Amino acid sequence: METYTLIVLTLAATIRVATPLLLAAIAGMFSERSGVVDLGLEGKMLGAAFAAAAVSAATGSAWAGLGAGIAAAVLLALLLAFATVSQRGNQVVAAMAINIMVAGLGPTLALAWFNLGGQTPQLDGPGQRFTSLVWPWASTAAEHPFPGLLYAQLLSGHNLIVYAAAALVPASAWVLFRTRFGLRLRAVGENPHAVDTAGISVTGLRYQAILISGVLCGVAGTYLSTAASAGFTRDMTAGKGYLALAALIFGKWKPYPTLFACLLFAFTDALASRLQGVALPLVGVIPVQAILALPYVLTVLLLAGFVGKATAPAAIGVPYAKEK
Amino acid sequence: MVEKSVAPALELRAIDKRFGTVHANRSLSFAVAPGSIHGLIGENGAGKSTLMNIVYGFHRADSGEIYVHGRRVDLGSPQDAIRAGIGMVHQHFMLVENFTVLENVVLGVEGGALLAGGLARARRELEKLACDYALAVPLDTVVSELPVGLQQRVEILKALYRGAQILILDEPTAVLTPQEADALFNMLRRLRDEGKSVILVTHKLREIMAITDRVTVMRQGVIVGEVVTATTSPRELAEKMVGRAVLLRVEKKLAQPGATLLAVRDLEVRDRLGVARVKGVSFDLRAGEIVGVAGVSGNGQSELLEALAGIRLPTRGSITLQHHDLVREHLGPRERRALGLAHVPEDRLRMGVVTNFSAEDNAILGYHDRAECTRGGWLDRAAIRKACEGKMAAHDVRPPLPSLRIAAFSGGNQQKLVLAREIDVDPRVLLVGQPTRGVDIGAIEFIHKKLVALRDAGKALLIVSVELDEILGLADRILVMNAGEIVGELLRADATEEKMGLLMAGVKSEGPA
Repeated sequence: METYTLIVLTLAATIRVATPLLLAAIAGMFSERSGVVDLGLEGKMLGAAFAAAAVSAATGSAWAGLGAGIAAAVLLALLLAFATVSQRGNQVVAAMAINIMVAGLGPTLALAWFNLGGQTPQLDGPGQRFTSLVWPWASTAAEHPFPGLLYAQLLSGHNLIVYAAAALVPASAWVLFRTRFGLRLRAVGENPHAVDTAGISVTGLRYQAILISGVLCGVAGTYLSTAASAGFTRDMTAGKGYLALAALIFGKWKPYPTLFACLLFAFTDALASRLQGVALPLVGVIPVQAILALPYVLTVLLLAGFVGKATAPAAIGVPYAKEK
Repeated sequence: MVEKSVAPALELRAIDKRFGTVHANRSLSFAVAPGSIHGLIGENGAGKSTLMNIVYGFHRADSGEIYVHGRRVDLGSPQDAIRAGIGMVHQHFMLVENFTVLENVVLGVEGGALLAGGLARARRELEKLACDYALAVPLDTVVSELPVGLQQRVEILKALYRGAQILILDEPTAVLTPQEADALFNMLRRLRDEGKSVILVTHKLREIMAITDRVTVMRQGVIVGEVVTATTSPRELAEKMVGRAVLLRVEKKLAQPGATLLAVRDLEVRDRLGVARVKGVSFDLRAGEIVGVAGVSGNGQSELLEALAGIRLPTRGSITLQHHDLVREHLGPRERRALGLAHVPEDRLRMGVVTNFSAEDNAILGYHDRAECTRGGWLDRAAIRKACEGKMAAHDVRPPLPSLRIAAFSGGNQQKLVLAREIDVDPRVLLVGQPTRGVDIGAIEFIHKKLVALRDAGKALLIVSVELDEILGLADRILVMNAGEIVGELLRADATEEKMGLLMAGVKSEGPA
């Protein structure tokens, strides 16, 4: 029974960890499908996390924080789009510049505005955070291990953004494969020349894709600072943007496989926190460092083993110019 | 139907376009009659593509006017051109490779934010179009799985689906077998008979003669002539294109083949994915003969050439040169060169030269460690320059400036320099891939003469070319490749275009040739 509860709790944690990864990975899916490498996921998320926490702290409203988070990430996305699409700059360099800029700017502004050593104030007031929604009869159901505990822990008890992220997967699949916009988006990442000769603006499409990426990164960042934790701290994304990109590649730029990849990465993360200090049979207590490295080791192994089979959008990373 | 009273389907008046210092189009005017096939011919860089890109709204003319069916139009984007009823089939197909035919056709004209309805409508309409013009294509097949002939058909369907009345085709036969080209021409004739206007942009005189009603000739950005096709000859058109009399076919004596210099047996080459590209090919190459390898692009010729040159490792078989088995002894390009095997690669810009290097540095690529290039372990710049000047003089490379970046030379002059580099070391066997790809007619004449002169000097030459005319003009013996195999071997005297076309399409010849 004890083990069963542990497993369910680990799975619940997996869902919470997977949420920002999934949001960022789907964000990356849109811009990468349009042919723009999205290494800027990290920076956009971090910028949104700061803006959301700062505004939520100032106004007392998590929703205002969400708006600010999205606005910040969209602004960064616009900057990236201008540099890479309009000016045809190198996509990797531009994105890394944004990541580095945001990593410094967040704590600096936090220090100037709140004077708390580069953090935002603790969000402990009512309505300052996105808190868990408890579904009807959840506490009663939790007393019955099966299926009550599953209902209480896996379905109920998450905040709004988690549910939104779950809904995003079928929604993005529908947009990508069932709509005109999706068809054009997939085409522009494969052969922008074909899109141009068909009389569609390559620039316009890529801007739209990058803006969608900005909005989703905004939500992901907001989740980190106002839902998963209570405030912004330095480097709080901790590489989640890159991990999301890895999940996207592992998921072959498709919504459902990407969801699976995010859940897998999140599961190793959740498992790692459970395993800390626990003595396992045969091996004994595993050092904390080794456990913390687990998701990353797994990522490297998975990517090394599987990425060869994944084919990226053909035109990814190449700024579009009419002359060949 | 008095033709004079009908407004031209397309009329250009005084179109002018500059790119920086290059004056690509100088005050060009011409008209295309409705229901006609109009040829636009000129050498690489004559400005044909620029002109057609202006008509398709890709570039904006600096000045000039465009009329479609008598109405002035402003073509600022492909969308405008499509709306005006202009369709274009580009030389490099504008298709999304991993989309189905249907998806490719509707891209840009989906007819609604949701795909399902538009796709169903397109399917009905395409089935009708396919019926009307005998343009059947499997609609649900992914484009990359279609042969190039069908991919081109998809491009034509795309234009027709958008209601094109004027169809521009840019070098449409570059990737086709003669039979596929004939099928294309029949299709174009049918379109013409339905009242559509076709503009055929090409540098192949044969096609112009075969299918066009009128032809406009361009040279260096200007129109140098417009004639009714029936009243002209290939020779006259070639002279107009180049601006002087040219030999269309090299004069040469009958070959006197000597000893076998290169023997290839049961050679198999696989690509990175393990797919066999060359499947058990055997042939001999003798002194004093030119052997031509013909075939539609992508049938294993490139891989064969690379295996012979030592760039690609064969998985089976032997290549014998000077009593050495190059495969078994693992001899690389450098050792093969030392044994007298020289190689002019197919893709000049990627493998033949380093575009950012000067002409003189390119002229020693691969030979930089030879004694005449070095002094005490250092490059001898003065000697290298002098050697390059010599090569440029001997091969009529213009401008004769060794320090100029190779990218600044025309394709023909680059190729002449590459050829000079490879034959300067007096090889026994010379492999030449696409000897005149992207080379103007004047330089083609020079290169062909040079190759024949090498043959007469007792060298063995293997020439891989997708240009049938070039193979027929140069080769003494012809190997035809299809799907990685040699499907036919013909002496030049026995080779006709028709026979070769059938072989290229994979129809094997009966009995040994």
